[in-house]
Amino acid sequence: MTVTENRPDYKWVGTRPIRHDGYDKVVGKARFAADRNSPGQLHGAFLRSPHGHARILSVDTSAAEAMSGVKAVVTGADFPDLPIGHPERDTAVNLMARDVAMYVGHVVAAVAASTRAEAEAAAAAIEVEYELLPVVLSLDESIADGAPLANADNRTAFSGSDDPSNLATVTPLERGDVDAAFEAADVVVEREFDTAWVHQGYIEPHACVVDVGADGKAEVWASSQGHFRVRSQAAAVLGWDTARIKVIPAEIGGGFGGKTTIYLEPVAARLSEKSGRPVKIVMTRDEVLRATGPAPASKSRIRIAATNDGELTAIDGWIGYAVGCTGDMAGFVGAMSVASYKFPNLKMEFVGALTNTPRSAAYRAPSAPQAAFAIESVIDEIAQALDTDPIELRLKNAVVEGDLTSMGGPHPRIGFVECLEAIRDSEHYQSPVPDGAARGIGTGFWFNIGEQSSATVNLNEDGTATVITGSPDIGGSRASMALMAAEELGLDVHRITPVVADTESVGFTDVTEGSRATFATGMAVVNACRDLVGELKARAATIRGVEVDAVAWVDGAAVVDGHDPLPLADITAKAKSTGGPLTVTASLNAGGAGPSFAVHCCDVSVDEETGRVEVLRYTTAQDAGTAIHPSYVEGQMQGGTAQGIGWALNEEYVYADDGTMLNASFLDYRVPVASDLPMIETIIVEVPNPAHPYGVRGVGETGIVPPMGTIANAVSRASGVRLTSLPMSPPKVLAALDDR
Amino acid sequence: MSNDATRRSRTHVSCTVNGDQVDFLADDGTSLLDALRDELDLTGAKEGCGTGDCGACTILVDGRINCSCLMFAPEAEGCEIVTVEGIAEGDHLHPLQQTFLEGAALQCGVCTPGFLVSAKALLDENPDPTETEIRYALAGNLCRCTGYDKIVRSVQEAAVQLRGASR
Repeated sequence: MTVTENRPDYKWVGTRPIRHDGYDKVVGKARFAADRNSPGQLHGAFLRSPHGHARILSVDTSAAEAMSGVKAVVTGADFPDLPIGHPERDTAVNLMARDVAMYVGHVVAAVAASTRAEAEAAAAAIEVEYELLPVVLSLDESIADGAPLANADNRTAFSGSDDPSNLATVTPLERGDVDAAFEAADVVVEREFDTAWVHQGYIEPHACVVDVGADGKAEVWASSQGHFRVRSQAAAVLGWDTARIKVIPAEIGGGFGGKTTIYLEPVAARLSEKSGRPVKIVMTRDEVLRATGPAPASKSRIRIAATNDGELTAIDGWIGYAVGCTGDMAGFVGAMSVASYKFPNLKMEFVGALTNTPRSAAYRAPSAPQAAFAIESVIDEIAQALDTDPIELRLKNAVVEGDLTSMGGPHPRIGFVECLEAIRDSEHYQSPVPDGAARGIGTGFWFNIGEQSSATVNLNEDGTATVITGSPDIGGSRASMALMAAEELGLDVHRITPVVADTESVGFTDVTEGSRATFATGMAVVNACRDLVGELKARAATIRGVEVDAVAWVDGAAVVDGHDPLPLADITAKAKSTGGPLTVTASLNAGGAGPSFAVHCCDVSVDEETGRVEVLRYTTAQDAGTAIHPSYVEGQMQGGTAQGIGWALNEEYVYADDGTMLNASFLDYRVPVASDLPMIETIIVEVPNPAHPYGVRGVGETGIVPPMGTIANAVSRASGVRLTSLPMSPPKVLAALDDR
Repeated sequence: MSNDATRRSRTHVSCTVNGDQVDFLADDGTSLLDALRDELDLTGAKEGCGTGDCGACTILVDGRINCSCLMFAPEAEGCEIVTVEGIAEGDHLHPLQQTFLEGAALQCGVCTPGFLVSAKALLDENPDPTETEIRYALAGNLCRCTGYDKIVRSVQEAAVQLRGASR
């Protein structure tokens, strides 16, 4: 169902056509990263550190190089040593260790051989001499006084200090007078929370095929959330001009933030350069879990003050993120995410701290889920203490346009209140809680980003169109681009072919992150189409022999008083005689990204004997601004929710004391399967974003923010004990029940 | 060298794939999945884990679902193999393929081939499954994009269509 403010009556926007790339994906024709082979290709494999932290004293590749089928071996010495402070130094160091291995699974060397088995055997034959260093495995260890350094190259960002530190970022926020507010409060709730490392869990492992020719040019076939970033990162890591590298975007088999950085391509490029052959590298699932992703683990302490009439007067606290082995913005971004409630008095500190675990990567609204889990839990406890409805309490304190964000600026037009009302009024919330179950409410938002995008729209001779962008389609964005173009041009959406082009065939486009593709790239498409309509009107004026001002564009045709409408196809047919091909390119750095809020409601039961939590019913309401293709908006809401349910109930990295991950498989790192989940009901709320021509906000990330708090609140109400540690797996729930 | 010895042992495999008689050579250690993908260029089935945990490589072997990553290629000798490339009938999509498209049951699409094959096996066996039966039949296939909602609904819709067609 959809709850919509007044909006224009669109013909195509808001409809649900079959996506243009769908056919290839249901018949097995779509080519993902591992689905391409090049003639004469070699296969790459890695030697990875067995140690959580160790100085690399020597690497002897001679035995490996002499083995059957081996064509090339590379180590850290084969890459330029980017200086501390270089924006891609951490990327470079992470994909090939230089002097120090910083986590179990850190790549130390790579081999290209005729077969994968040969490459793996040769990698295993490389001899490395290590000097073991202290392993920092947790946030507490990292921030302890006198802690050993997890990465001696790290400097605390924005601190101005050049001293090595385990702190990636320290971000304080303060407004009002917190001490006075707590003094005057009627109710104060304070809790500590922790969450585990979790992985994005995309089903497609990272893979690429790279072919470096004798002319020094590289063709890269890879799946990613942004092939222009693959190009720029690979160029920096290799020390090459970007013009040497062409990146062709494979279909991407899930990313969720985890494919916004690179792990393989420069290594494959160096191996290809050395061997003179194309090199294919495909990660195993074990490698994906041990050495890509994950999202930071966290610890937090949150204290909130309220009055008896339900005003939340103050929040103070601390949220720390264990970010892995390199500098990271998780703590800083976390600070931006605490902006759902007015809180006139606020004093918080956000910290990111390094650990000898894989370099963390973005995961859908990065850093917000950990913070929302803690804050939404405390707010729920305040609602219980005040014996008030959890939605009414939130409605009373929800931010609206003009209220301050955590960073100090005002919120633009947002739909938080509308989402709260949508859940409050839903059939789910209005229905009685089932016997033996309890209901939880939680909320969350993501501010979204704009960034740079390009689009080219070509009108073909017969009046069909091609819409070319540089945003990989990670969940239906081709269809969204085509729908917006259809609306602008007045053309049937199935007469438009949306294309994701390589780095040499479309203008620069930033990575698909921050829920920006339909927002920002969509805006580039709309701008290109509007310019094209201007050109179509000019051509029609020529054909009709009138001034261009006398031409209107109505429903796919040029309309001039006193003439029959001139359909688009009649104008494209005369393109040659009226000025040549009809093609427009638009590019922009999009401002005005609209925050997307969501409110979730779930019913759970808790098995008192096993500690197992069952999610019985789940409803999500989210502000999409405008849903261009509602099915794929719902899909983002449902997918984010399912990942959040996994984060809440099951998923966690389990480490041995030496930093070895003990559950590096989909059997032991258990993401939700179909039988774990109910249907996920969706309510699309549409409070248009005034900064986008169709009101789009971007919906990809917000869905993962509310589930942990929502489920924790339901479980706590069901069990009578407050759950503060994720995941709420059966052993933890059972322990909590025993402690009642 | 031992590598050479292990590498050059290749077995001739003869089977049917999507109705066609095929012959190929496979190293004894090669999975059926790799043989389908690399020898026959049928890349519809994917490797998401290589350990039988994700179902992206699901195929039908003599009518039963199998993780092709867990089968050695020579085990396919004499078998009837069906992959996602073989479930459409000529230029007519299988009802499951059509309902997946109409119901937006795929986002990234990398798990879709495995789901389609598993769902086909379910509906071949049980034309009128309950939601719970669908969820358990598909529990060996991981999807990280959709939360399964639209997949389950699309299987339900395909079941309705198939029952209508067989009446």
